[in-house]
Amino acid sequence: MSVIQDQVKSGGYGGQHGPGETNYINHSKGVLSWLLTLDHKRIGLMYMVAVITAFLGGGLCAIALRTMLYLRAAPDVAPITAGTQDLYNQLFTLHGAILVFMFIIPAVPAILGNMILPLMLGAKDVAFPRLNLLSWYCYMAGATLFLYVLLSGGLDTGWTFYTPYSTSTTTSVAAATMGAFVLGFSSILTGLNFIATIHMLRPAGMGWFKMPLFLWALYATSIIQVLATPVLAITLLLLCAETVLHIGIFDPALGGDPVLFQHFFWFYSHPAVYIMILPGMGIISELMATFCRRQVFGYSFIAFSSIAIALLGFLVWGHHMFTSGQSAMANAVFSLITFSVAIPSAIKIFNWLATMYKGSISLATPMLYALAFIWLFTIGGLTGVFLGALSLDIMAHDTYFVVAHFHYVMVGSMLTSFIGGMYYWWPKMFGKMYNETVAKIAWGLIFVGFNLTFFIQFIAGSQGMPRRYADYLPEFAFYHKFSTVGSYVLAIGLFVVLFNWIHSLIYGRKAPQNPWGGNTLEWHTSSPPPHENFHEDPLVTEPYEMRAWDYDESIDGYVFDKDKAIELDQQSHH
Amino acid sequence: MSSENEHTGDTGHGDNHHPAHLAHHFETPEQQFESGKLGMWVFLATEILMFGGLFCAYAIYRGNHQDVFLYGYGALDKMWGATNTVVLLASSLTMAWGVRAAQKGQQKLLLTMLLLTFMGGVGFMCIKGVEYKAKWDHHLFPGTMNAFYYEGGQPKYPEKLEHAIAYIDGRNLGGEAHGGGGHAPAGHEAGDEAAPQEDSHAVEHDGSQVGDEDARHLGSVSPVIIPAVFGAPADVSTIKPPASPADMGVNDAVIDQAGAVSMPSAQHTQVLWNDLSGAEQKKVHLFFGIYFMMTGLHGLHVLIGMVLIAWLFFKARAGAFSKDYFAPVDIGGLYWHLVDLIWIFLFPLLYLIH
Repeated sequence: MSVIQDQVKSGGYGGQHGPGETNYINHSKGVLSWLLTLDHKRIGLMYMVAVITAFLGGGLCAIALRTMLYLRAAPDVAPITAGTQDLYNQLFTLHGAILVFMFIIPAVPAILGNMILPLMLGAKDVAFPRLNLLSWYCYMAGATLFLYVLLSGGLDTGWTFYTPYSTSTTTSVAAATMGAFVLGFSSILTGLNFIATIHMLRPAGMGWFKMPLFLWALYATSIIQVLATPVLAITLLLLCAETVLHIGIFDPALGGDPVLFQHFFWFYSHPAVYIMILPGMGIISELMATFCRRQVFGYSFIAFSSIAIALLGFLVWGHHMFTSGQSAMANAVFSLITFSVAIPSAIKIFNWLATMYKGSISLATPMLYALAFIWLFTIGGLTGVFLGALSLDIMAHDTYFVVAHFHYVMVGSMLTSFIGGMYYWWPKMFGKMYNETVAKIAWGLIFVGFNLTFFIQFIAGSQGMPRRYADYLPEFAFYHKFSTVGSYVLAIGLFVVLFNWIHSLIYGRKAPQNPWGGNTLEWHTSSPPPHENFHEDPLVTEPYEMRAWDYDESIDGYVFDKDKAIELDQQSHH
Repeated sequence: MSSENEHTGDTGHGDNHHPAHLAHHFETPEQQFESGKLGMWVFLATEILMFGGLFCAYAIYRGNHQDVFLYGYGALDKMWGATNTVVLLASSLTMAWGVRAAQKGQQKLLLTMLLLTFMGGVGFMCIKGVEYKAKWDHHLFPGTMNAFYYEGGQPKYPEKLEHAIAYIDGRNLGGEAHGGGGHAPAGHEAGDEAAPQEDSHAVEHDGSQVGDEDARHLGSVSPVIIPAVFGAPADVSTIKPPASPADMGVNDAVIDQAGAVSMPSAQHTQVLWNDLSGAEQKKVHLFFGIYFMMTGLHGLHVLIGMVLIAWLFFKARAGAFSKDYFAPVDIGGLYWHLVDLIWIFLFPLLYLIH
């Protein structure tokens, strides 16, 4: 209370900062002021450039490999040779490795998390700004190693580096594992930073259950990053020692156990799936609240379900190994726990739907992505339950059914939430609005293109089309051609998004402080925020109490009524 | 870690005077201190998970190939391992003492303790170096450099293998009596003797071979003993049960005759090369792979800790710490204790469990 009382005298703080003021982007100039910055917002932007570049690379690999599969339908045009097979193997490996390690894992935490988390806490920075910068340099070092892999013979093991193949192939496994190892450090440092920041830098008045749900999601993600990534680190270190020294630990020819590698690898990589999706779910919670103009339904259920997913996610790695010779008992237990992950996931979906119910829904671009997320995640999540069922998994293992399932989760859900979050916070990050019409067209292309590409892969997989094959039987030609055409539509949609963003940076109309009327603390500062985030300490109230923000047509944005906010806050305490 | 963030930006947010060491984004020194500590604890959790993977690998291979571990462990030197444990424990004590000195503002004591801790790290690494040197001398390095490395079912270095077998068998039989100094003269002698006459890996499952081995390594043994050994079970694929009375009798006799070697205690089973099955003989190099990965990664952490302590020492000498500001010492100490703690687990697992 006292915090609020103190702030009464200062009045509202919307719109009192004139043009020409400095913000974090023009606060200081020169390349070094960026490369040595400790400002979380600038680090977020540097991550954005790097991660989106990686996304472009990994995405182009995907288009190339889909094109190869399309051409394969006409064998006289594209005869299958050892050369094309090798190229195909390299393409799908780089596609997976780049997009997993360099895009999906860092995208939301490192870009939007870095940018928004301290703002949402009303803080000046993350707890450890230097570690934050170090994590960006780790990312760049890992990316450089992957670039080296590209130029030095490539990689054809699949992103999973399964032994014994990975210890016998002549491609650059050692460099790639070291790359993933260094990228892992980047991820660990980000997670560590966020945990300490959320624990220590919450402002007076923001208890754990007054945090925006995005922060709960980032917190859950950070727990996984911190506890799972070190296991990947040691796995990759052992694999590297195996490749270089032949210590034999994973190599059956030397007395080692290749299945141990799979256990180690999935002990990280399954939880990593939740590193990918949880922060996206956090974004959806924010979007649902803001664009339905409602208190999120079931706040504490959504908060705890993030933690539940993080913890359960550690106990299901064996479901990647149902066909690897695990005991029947282990299979049954892993299957059961896998099903149980569906519970917290469904809790989220139902709570979001309940938030929409009787909400006053605005179909702005970010909300469209949130709706796409609900569709795509439901399909991706439920097919995950299919695959968790032992009998079906034995059949569907390593088919396109699995490919379709995880693309629905990783691309369909994670990518749409990421783009939705980017659109949502774009005005805050850059102080520019984007062209809403173009953004909506891009959304349509992405949603349609994505479903064209991947839905049919469920069918191809259930018909027995194995994944990772450069060639296929004639009866699969239709599925592959159809899917490839879909991927072109998806790619066009993504390029329109990129165009839309670049266009906004150059020609975008100046963004108001709060274009959407959200009440989380990042909307309580100017767009873009100043170097130290806030001109004055923001007023901490319920994160989703939006009634104190009034729409002002002249700026096409919302203006804060501080007295009303205080009144509402006091009411909520009675 | 956080505590080093002195000033990040020149923009004065000119409210009252921050202490010099308080980073701009913290409200109070306490908040900064607690954040740094929390950050370090979280980091230590990642370290434990990272070593956890190695401990897990160790447990699996030890469970699946007990004889390999019982055999390979003979190459390690308990005395040096124990000495190193004492050195690290002592350095943890001096570190804790240093933290206390920092908290109480005892500048000189702090410097002394940091120096002693650093010296503990130096001592540990030197002893580790002596141990690694012994492994190097006997071709027991990891991977393809290991004397026990097999390629296509054949030993890659038959001569080095002979030498290494003689070395470890010798230590496993009598190593405790001779090998305290780490140079294992007994092993050398046995090896030198063994080399000319030996072809042991060629004939693996022959009971007489066991006898031969025993006889050879114990030096001047009367041939009369050898027939008595013929009956000894050459059960090779599982862990050897506690020595049967018959076995014991033979060994007693051997040792009585030889007269030079102290009796291996009854509860210990000495696993020799020929006690291993053919398949397990090919896995001995795995023991060294795991040994070097575990101790190597730990050694790397000791080195990092030493750099950290050296940095603290120079900061302390420049007068950076006081009663009001000692967070880096405290946090660096946490790291050093973890490195110590990991060794406390490595030592018994690798050197002692028998």
